[in-house]
Amino acid sequence: MILAEIDWSSFLSSVFVFDDYGELFVLVRNSLWAGAVLGLVGGVVGTFVMMRDLAFAVHGIAELSFAGAAAALLIGADVITGSLVGSVLAALIMGFTGLHAREGNSFVGVLMPFGLGLGILFLSLYEGRSSNKFSLLTGQIVSVSSLQLTSMVVLSVLVLAVLVAVWRPLTFASTDPFVARAKGLPVRGLSILFMVLLGVSVALSVQIVGALLVLALLITPAAAAMNLTSSPGRTVVLSVLFAELAMVGGILLALGGNIPISPYVTTISFALWLVSRVVRAVRERSASYRRAVTATATTTTPRGAVAADGTGAATASSTPAP
Amino acid sequence: MQPATPRTGPAGPGPQNDAAAPATAADAAPAISLRDAELAFGDRVLWSGLNLDVAPGEYLAVLGANGTGKTSFLKVLLGLLPLTSGTVSVAGTRPRVAAAHVGYVPQQRGFPARTPLRAKDLVAQGVDGHRWGVRLHPRRVNRRVAELLERVGATEYADAPVGLLSGGEQQRLRVAQALAADPSVMLCDEALLSLDLHHQHVVSELVHEQRERHGSTVVFVTHDVNPIIDHVDRILYLANGSFRIGTPDEVLRSDVLSQLYGTDIEVLRSNGRILVAGRSDSTHHTDSPEEIIP
Repeated sequence: MILAEIDWSSFLSSVFVFDDYGELFVLVRNSLWAGAVLGLVGGVVGTFVMMRDLAFAVHGIAELSFAGAAAALLIGADVITGSLVGSVLAALIMGFTGLHAREGNSFVGVLMPFGLGLGILFLSLYEGRSSNKFSLLTGQIVSVSSLQLTSMVVLSVLVLAVLVAVWRPLTFASTDPFVARAKGLPVRGLSILFMVLLGVSVALSVQIVGALLVLALLITPAAAAMNLTSSPGRTVVLSVLFAELAMVGGILLALGGNIPISPYVTTISFALWLVSRVVRAVRERSASYRRAVTATATTTTPRGAVAADGTGAATASSTPAP
Repeated sequence: MQPATPRTGPAGPGPQNDAAAPATAADAAPAISLRDAELAFGDRVLWSGLNLDVAPGEYLAVLGANGTGKTSFLKVLLGLLPLTSGTVSVAGTRPRVAAAHVGYVPQQRGFPARTPLRAKDLVAQGVDGHRWGVRLHPRRVNRRVAELLERVGATEYADAPVGLLSGGEQQRLRVAQALAADPSVMLCDEALLSLDLHHQHVVSELVHEQRERHGSTVVFVTHDVNPIIDHVDRILYLANGSFRIGTPDEVLRSDVLSQLYGTDIEVLRSNGRILVAGRSDSTHHTDSPEEIIP
């Protein structure tokens, strides 16, 4: 009993410690800005990831980003450049092999363990500080230098600027590819462009949240937003809001403890999603009730004059209205 | 000019080189024009020697069994598929250039349940979804979308998520989306498939109305001509690598289709409804010619 209490309090003290919080805060100001920028990029990119059903691809890109970063660490090159090269390369391969949903999934499944394996190989060959190794997988916040922050902001602005420039066609091509193609939009070109943007966003996220947990930033906020609204505009706003809450909130909480940042980010992210899912379930119960009532009111309308021919063939092509 | 008929025994008759549009519009430039058009996938020739002018305001139905190149014909008109040989023009220009001004009504396909689009957003994509950048004049777009929704009778569910709409509701929106471009040419690809009869009627009337009010040309690809038979001026009937062009009364006849298919075909009319059936299996009547293809 006493033992349990001690364990509990030591757990608490390692998760939430707020001594010297003010001093720490100054130290991690860069990280906080980096987190805020990432939240913005992750929230926006995430909505397109969800529209395009690319969640699994994000995971695959993150593993190759990790391999790239580990390789850079090994040869003493810049880690950010390494992870960028890895993830953009992976994204391009997926983009050019015509990644879409089902067939793409198995391809990602093939690519992902290979990337992870490569990364582990490079890390085991690396003889530097082991905390560097661990942070690539699970994230870190303390060592965001001004230079790192600058490159992050520049890349984020670039990603967002390109997204704004292709906003409408990309939304069209993501939600309704057949008609977008018929309208003359370069659907394939947009798809490859988006994969590059996704690659860059993943590489940025890997710096902070780590390769294993990128999904918490690029998927969960957007998925939570889509639980709450089907308006495209509101989806983006909510997704960014949730991503910011997870990132900035996670960093602020992580300051107090001596465990990595990622558990905080993923937990906030998951909690937000859970709440959104409950809200959706509650709404759907009342909405399906409403819809059922209106449906019974409209099924009494006549089905059109063409229905009256009695050939029997007619019923074969008709589907019941819900 | 005998078209290749790779997979069939008795070859059908040579195609009619029918370039004549209805006399009323003979002097106007054709909305759609194909010259010596051939489409083949490898050795398999879907159709060849196709010469066709569709006049402005004309309603052309493209019929035929699965695999005869109906949908490919539409893809050619949309510029998504190049002809193997010959030339094609839509609205006086290359199909790819014309694509932005063509109204395209696709076959009904469901949306994933959580697609972040409402009915009005789907229509709005027809208004400005192909433009670059973000929407700068939402009010103007909203007005236009409201107008289009009103026209197809979809105002009631303007705010409903597309993933939750029925097939019929979705197809109304598809028509509204196609009308957004104020199209001089409407291309419909099995747009009535899997709809109940009421919605088949509603959607085909909406397409017809655009032709009546704005003189749009309509090309309607379908496996069942009955829902649109009252509106159709001419039919392009594809079968066995061959084809026939003419008015419904000229093409939908037992002798013509028997020649085309190279087997006994019976065309029955009942209550203004047309049934095409293989005579050898007369107990099995069907309104869909694809069921008689072995």
